[in-house]
Amino acid sequence: MNEINWMAGGPQGAGVDSAANILGRACGYGGLYVYGRREYHSNIKGLHSYFHLRISDQEVHANVNDVDLLAAFDAETVVRHINEVVPNGGIIVDKELVGTKVFNIPTLPYEFKDELHKYVDRKGLGDTLGDFLNGAKKEGVHIFLIPYTDLLKQIAAKLGIEKLVTVTRMINVLTIGVSFALLKYDQSLVEKAVLTVFSDKPKVADMNIVALREAYAYASHTFTNSFQRKLEKIDTTEQRIFLSGNQAVAMGKVLGGCRIQTYYPITPAADESEYLEAHEILKTRTGEGSIVVVQTEDEIAAINSASGACLAGARAATSTSGPGFSLMVEGLSWAGNCEVPVVITYYQRGAPATGLPTRFGQADLQFAVHAGHGDFPRIVLASGDIEECFYDAALAFNYAERYQMPVIHLIDKALANSSQTYRFFDTGSFKIERGAILGESELKDQQYRRFEFTESGISPRVILGTRNGVHWYTGDEHNEVGHISEEPANRDMMVEKRMRKLETADREIPMGEKLKVFGDEESENLVVSWGSPKGAILEAMNKLTREGLSLKFLQIRMIHPLPKEHVAELLKNATKIITVENNYSGQLAEIIREKTGIQTNFRILKFNGRPITMTEVYGALKKVLLGQAPERQVLTYGS
Amino acid sequence: MGLKITDFKTDVFADWCPGCGDFGIMTAMQMALAEMGLEPHQIVLVSGIGCSGKVPHNVKTYGVHTLHGRTLPFAMGIKLANPELEVIAIGGDGDGLGIGAGHFVNTGRRNLDITYIIHNNGVYGLTKGQASPTLKLGLKTKAIPKPNINQAVNPIALALTSGYTFVARSYAYDVLHLKNTIIRAVEHKGLAFIDALQPCPTYNDINTKEWYGGEDRKDPNTGKPQPRLYKLDETGFDPIVHTEEEDLKKKLQAIEKANEWGDRIPIGVFYINDLEPTFIERIIHRIPFYLSKPPAKQEISDENGMSSADLTEFFEELKTS
Repeated sequence: MNEINWMAGGPQGAGVDSAANILGRACGYGGLYVYGRREYHSNIKGLHSYFHLRISDQEVHANVNDVDLLAAFDAETVVRHINEVVPNGGIIVDKELVGTKVFNIPTLPYEFKDELHKYVDRKGLGDTLGDFLNGAKKEGVHIFLIPYTDLLKQIAAKLGIEKLVTVTRMINVLTIGVSFALLKYDQSLVEKAVLTVFSDKPKVADMNIVALREAYAYASHTFTNSFQRKLEKIDTTEQRIFLSGNQAVAMGKVLGGCRIQTYYPITPAADESEYLEAHEILKTRTGEGSIVVVQTEDEIAAINSASGACLAGARAATSTSGPGFSLMVEGLSWAGNCEVPVVITYYQRGAPATGLPTRFGQADLQFAVHAGHGDFPRIVLASGDIEECFYDAALAFNYAERYQMPVIHLIDKALANSSQTYRFFDTGSFKIERGAILGESELKDQQYRRFEFTESGISPRVILGTRNGVHWYTGDEHNEVGHISEEPANRDMMVEKRMRKLETADREIPMGEKLKVFGDEESENLVVSWGSPKGAILEAMNKLTREGLSLKFLQIRMIHPLPKEHVAELLKNATKIITVENNYSGQLAEIIREKTGIQTNFRILKFNGRPITMTEVYGALKKVLLGQAPERQVLTYGS
Repeated sequence: MGLKITDFKTDVFADWCPGCGDFGIMTAMQMALAEMGLEPHQIVLVSGIGCSGKVPHNVKTYGVHTLHGRTLPFAMGIKLANPELEVIAIGGDGDGLGIGAGHFVNTGRRNLDITYIIHNNGVYGLTKGQASPTLKLGLKTKAIPKPNINQAVNPIALALTSGYTFVARSYAYDVLHLKNTIIRAVEHKGLAFIDALQPCPTYNDINTKEWYGGEDRKDPNTGKPQPRLYKLDETGFDPIVHTEEEDLKKKLQAIEKANEWGDRIPIGVFYINDLEPTFIERIIHRIPFYLSKPPAKQEISDENGMSSADLTEFFEELKTS
């Protein structure tokens, strides 16, 4: 099989990201599909980070637990991930590190050391890295000790560089070179990737090419046929991209006509805004365009300035994570009350409080649905993969403007920071739907009523600045014109009008945008999930189906308003209803019960800050299908 | 086209207490707008929460009555989406210097091209008279149970150190002075701030109309009250920064003036700097066609309603084939 699970790990700041980027591209050039997950500490330099790439000639949508080839930049990477490396897999590590006393690695936290002591005792290992490697070797893992210092000296000599420290940063490229040489992969594709990744730094690119060649030559010569796994390029004419969720959302916003983005720095949302800012001048088919990206003083300013921009007629959005969204909540309520089409891209991370700032979680679902004081309409749309992040980011603006309400586009760290290969997205068939807007020519001399009572609840908007359209907004309850009103009858009608829009949205938005059903239509076993577990569930379902176990998967995208009749119908026909989500309480399961009255039977949950892998969800689902699972399974894989 | 003050009035009942300074500020605003020759639809009045927040409902322009303390962020979003709009933000002292103090400072850093007027009466009126950030230490206005134990913020000095490029003070009962100050502020290129002193007849029984008017300190010879307020421009004070080198000196003299309080309180313009690039100019530096195609005016769809976005460059960057 043409498939490899490759992991590169090292201290933050050592080039793990660029190594993964080079590797992902090199595989892409060879017609292969890549799914990559990035894990990192809330730290700038020094703490452990890694990239886990799954590379295949088939489309891949999720990680598995296994690592076939571990490229370690430091001793900690070996210690942390050695038990994930499969028999016949390989570990690439610096020869000079074998003497490292494992328990003296300064960056290991004591709670991890406690676990490590147990591991050492169980395996009967010594306390050096060499002992660990020997232990793995006995289990069939190939150990590739690389004399990095020697190689770097040779590289420095070739480049005419005197100081070794100038070239030590290239250990990441050496590791890539060794990895690909072991996999006997076409070297020219890797060189092409290096040149692309460093295209804006030609000198660095040249140095890295020299390093890469050195590593290739060394590994091919030294480890002839000692690693059985191979990675072969395949021919394809398809145009593909390799991108992260952050990038997909940014591009989707451009497609959707977003022209102002506000944000306050927060992980894992900020990458999207920075990417947009770097691309602030836009090409459009109607001439030049731009997106103004504003870094505000806090998230309160971010949402409220985005709302202001919406009132003035721009499509505007803000991006944040849980702590930032918490600050935005009053602004959300104002936007709901004043019928502002503002879009909030909500990247969930490990919570509560600061939680796990750089890790993953899906525990903000109920919060997104209920945040804000008072009853007001909103739409909560959850994307399940990077491609959906793209289209949904655009779609969110249509929903917001058609129904004049805030739209929360709910995604998460696993989508934001994972990268995946896709065919070029279709951008030619996205229709911009701005909803009812009145222009100057449609306005007469009589007072325009911004919040006119209508059957659909939707009152045609007028953009600030339009002649003859003067009106008012207020966070107070208001009359049709927009002036403060505390009259009970007006209050009743205005609340009813606002809330009616939600029914209109529920009625009008096509079911295909609200949910997706995969797998065996007839199956009595129904998996229900939302957000990023989608990829792992789909792959697990395929594997279970091949084993003769039938399964249907309902991905709910429209969390609010939940298409409750349709969901209830699907649920009624199932015997086993299994929810899969990354939180403690089963928040989707609770929403389903609240809205449909139906109690789901099984909950597969995970909340350790790491995404559900295909391996895990496969195992958990299989247990349920075979009748061996408790009602609540908590998954714990993670490193 | 000769708009009159009445063209900027609405039929909404102004529900402030009799004698409230808000009446003066509202009137000065309507007079200023009429005098400047702007049409109602070209103006957006943005307000916060409190008695002052209601002003837009009484002025016939676009009005956005926002959240407590968030006047400036809303105003920024509106201005950046459509820089052709004349955006005037107003709010109370608690709104702008208490709950919204972060926005006050950070909007200054941007030198955003808008006008910001703070109704400064030393109390939170609508919640029945608590101490606001501008009430002096040790004062006990009538509704607070104990004397104020917080030092007061100096709005003028804070504006000067935050980056506001037009800093002025006026008085709600000197409607003409306030009107003229508003006009100068609106016409200023960059972020203009007006500290509008305003008695609260219901809750501030210290800084009253009589107090500002000097009723308590009559001239022993003439028996006439000696007003506490005096006009800076009548003292030969030059607030204008003529060269970049002069900036610090002008700021320092303004801060010195800002610290006068008690028997002599200056009103007028403390500082004007036209040399500092405005936020809009900074954006134009990055997006040269920003003014001709601001965010709210771009064609985001083609004649068939399809998105006009061309993502080719994004795909080129990300492609792996």
